[in-house]
Amino acid sequence: MSPSEPSFEAPLSELRRRIEELEAYPPGSGRSKEIDRLRSQLTKATADVYKTLNRWQKTQVARHHDRPHVRDYVEALTNNWVELHGDRAFADDPAIVAGFATFRGRTVAIVGHQKGRSTKQRIHRNFGQPRPEGYRKAMRIMKLAEKFGRPVLSFVDTPGAYPGIGAEERGQAEAIARNLIEMAALETPIVVTVTGEGGSGGALAIGVGDRVTMLEYAVYSVISPEGCAAILWKDQSKRREAAEAMRITAPDLLELGIIDAVIPEPTGGAHADPEATFRSVGDVIEKALIELEELTPRELVTARYEKFRVLGVYEEA
Amino acid sequence: MAWFRRTKRPREVSERQRSIVPEGLWVKCQGCREIIYSKELERNVQICPKCGYHFRIDVQARIDLLLDSGSRVELFEGVRPSDPLKFKDTKSYKARLKDYQKRTASLDAVVVVEGTVEEVEVVLAVIDYRFMGGSMGSVVGEKITRAAERALESARSLVVVSASGGARMQEGVLSLMQMAKISAALARLSEARLPYISILTDPTTGGVTASFAMLGDLNIAEPGALIGFAGPRVIQQTIREELPEGFQRSEFLLEHGFLDLVVERTQLKATVARCLRHLS
Repeated sequence: MSPSEPSFEAPLSELRRRIEELEAYPPGSGRSKEIDRLRSQLTKATADVYKTLNRWQKTQVARHHDRPHVRDYVEALTNNWVELHGDRAFADDPAIVAGFATFRGRTVAIVGHQKGRSTKQRIHRNFGQPRPEGYRKAMRIMKLAEKFGRPVLSFVDTPGAYPGIGAEERGQAEAIARNLIEMAALETPIVVTVTGEGGSGGALAIGVGDRVTMLEYAVYSVISPEGCAAILWKDQSKRREAAEAMRITAPDLLELGIIDAVIPEPTGGAHADPEATFRSVGDVIEKALIELEELTPRELVTARYEKFRVLGVYEEA
Repeated sequence: MAWFRRTKRPREVSERQRSIVPEGLWVKCQGCREIIYSKELERNVQICPKCGYHFRIDVQARIDLLLDSGSRVELFEGVRPSDPLKFKDTKSYKARLKDYQKRTASLDAVVVVEGTVEEVEVVLAVIDYRFMGGSMGSVVGEKITRAAERALESARSLVVVSASGGARMQEGVLSLMQMAKISAALARLSEARLPYISILTDPTTGGVTASFAMLGDLNIAEPGALIGFAGPRVIQQTIREELPEGFQRSEFLLEHGFLDLVVERTQLKATVARCLRHLS
């Protein structure tokens, strides 16, 4: 078990370890029978564990190191990928990936947060926490998409925008705000998929779209459960309570009318069967694109306005 | 080094200590630590006569400061918060709302009025920092969106005065979505070429800065206001370094190119009016 592995996965890892051990032995009496027995036990245990995950545990699945990131989706779902760099003003931000590719027969622009997997990569990608230049790069590519009539696919997976001195000096708030207003009026289809963590403004800054869907174990929240716990409970360890209170999982957001659909994940989460995950995500995106391609740019922008206009719950005398 | 020499700079005044309405006859200035006669402070629109420190002012004082008298009509005053998540931390959101409503005599953290600034017609929205730290939930989002839509329908300019800790946690991701909703309304206003002036006051942070507060055709701040995305404490915990002096204050943002102007409160109305006349 790696130190970052969620505790509810420990019994499953143990079973996997025993299967691997047995597989190392030469074939012989009862070996394959025992492996089969352990495999079916693993399948059942995985299904049981994942059926009853609470909101904090789902957050841990959303943050799982092995979970597919935007570059994995690009590799699995597209070809002719050309990654483009830089915001033309300050720097290139590795925490956001942007470019063009062919997706099921059409050219699309892709933007997404990239977290990295190894320690070195994770540091290089700043753990998927963009700086202002990342948001400005994403916007630049989205404007190119609009100019050349290509739809935008956005993949959201970030703990949040990076809180640092340089980020503030270069206008983190302005960069996010600019994206919100520009995306609201962008005259090309935008399809957003929250694949992991939807961390507040840092997620929304590439999350305004005509279709917004979430993977089953993805989360999307106004502040991280840890941050919320620290402020409201004055105790970071109350993150589980905070996750429950804020209702941050995909089914919660569907119920609140914020997202259009939940994309089911394989048993054991996206990382347990990435190929199946890529297929489902690809199908949902393709369906959305086919629907949106029917609309004129003006119709798209009007429908997008209406979509966000109705969000919010209040009373009126 | 001599034992009596101060090696530490004086500590930043905490949020709690910066009371919003000074009470009593004498007030200690939070800028220069001088004692000021509160009547004098009142006459000087809550600016310290000795050092120019801007005390926070409440919504009514802000409206009085900006709008011509006799020109005001409040809008959307019936919009009130509900509790969509049945949120409860150490205290329920419902109970918190009730507390703040009692304490401030307002339903939520924003007031929208129609009126004139030196005879220029505007829709003005003012965020009330006293109400849950001016946090933005569905009501703030809805009323500012309506303010922008009203400006669009009536071809008026929009002025929004911000003072907020950011999005309201107790309404979860619904609060976050208000950022997108308001920004979309501002996009329409912009397309119609109607001016929008954002006035940032102490403090403006989080999701409010990262949406409408930074999207003005003009962004104008009061001197010394804390303005940023992440709060200074969060940044300090992340980077584990001292923050530079004046970091995230109005003058710092002006220097880095994110504000058009830093304007003293006494000059604010005249400046806004002049700018609006240039643009509309």
